[in-house]
Amino acid sequence: MTAELVAAYAVALTLLIGSFFTLVGAIGLLKFNDSMTRLHAPTKVSTVGVGMLLLASIIHSFAFGEGAVHEALIMALLFVTAPISAIFIAKVNIHQRDCNMPPELPGDELWATLDVPDADRETEETERA
Amino acid sequence: MIRLLRWLFPHPFLTVLLVVVWLLLQNTVSAGMVVFGLILGIIMPQTTAAFWPERPGGVRVGKLFVYGSIVIWDIVVANVKVAWVVLTVPNSKLKPAWIVIPLDLRQPEAITVLAGTITLTPGTVSADLSASGHYLLVHVLHTDDPDGERDEIKSRYEARLKEIFL
Repeated sequence: MTAELVAAYAVALTLLIGSFFTLVGAIGLLKFNDSMTRLHAPTKVSTVGVGMLLLASIIHSFAFGEGAVHEALIMALLFVTAPISAIFIAKVNIHQRDCNMPPELPGDELWATLDVPDADRETEETERA
Repeated sequence: MIRLLRWLFPHPFLTVLLVVVWLLLQNTVSAGMVVFGLILGIIMPQTTAAFWPERPGGVRVGKLFVYGSIVIWDIVVANVKVAWVVLTVPNSKLKPAWIVIPLDLRQPEAITVLAGTITLTPGTVSADLSASGHYLLVHVLHTDDPDGERDEIKSRYEARLKEIFL
C-alpha cells in the first residue's frame, strides 16, 4: 500500500515538474521578440519537459499496471529529431535575413546557408525587393 | 569468415540498435523476439547499405556512455538556468550572441553528435555549418562571455567526442 502511495507521489511530482518546464517553454515562445531567441523555447520543452512527463508515464505503468518502457523510444526519437528541426528553422532565419547576421568567417569561407551560386543570389534579391 | 560477418553486418551498431528498438516496441524479452529482431537487424542494414557506402569508424562505447551521462546532467542544469532567464530577464536586457566554433572534428557522425548536443542543451542552438565543414555557428540565448561559452563547448564536448569517434 505504501509503495503505491510513494509511486503516486512520484508520478504527481514528475508530472508537475514536466508541466512547469513545458509552461516555461511556451512563455518563452510568446515573450521573446526575435525569431532566433524564440527558437530556444522548443528545445527546452522537448528535453526536460517531455522527459519528465514520460518518466511519470513509466513510473505509473510499473506501479499500477504492466511495466512498459516504450517511452524510452519516444525520448530517443525526440533527441534525434529536435536538433534537426531546430537547425532547419535557424537556416531559414539566416536565409531570409530575419535575424542579426552571423559573424564573417576568416578567409574565403562562407556559412553553408549563405554559400549560394551568383545566379541564385540574384533571384533571391529580386524576390526580397 | 570475417568477410561473411562483414557482409552479414555492414553496420554492426545499426543491427544492435534495431534489435533493441524491436524489443522495446514488443515490450518483452524472449528468445523468439530476439531472433525476430536479429532477422530485422540483418535485413534492414543489407537493404539500406547502398545509401551508406562507407563503413563508419569504430566508437568507444564506454566513453560514449560517460559522454551521454554528462550531456543528460548538463541538459537538466541548463534547463533550470534557461527557465530562470525566461522568467526573470526582460527582453531589453537579454544578450543573445552568435559564437563561431572552429571544429577539430572531421567525421560527419561526430560533428552531427556535437551539433545535436549543442541544440539539446538549452541556451544554445547550433544554427549552421561553414561550407567546408570546418566551423560551426551557434546561437546563445543569454551570455556575458561568448568566448568563454565557446571554450567550454570545445573542452567539455568536442574534446570528449574526439576520443569517442576513432
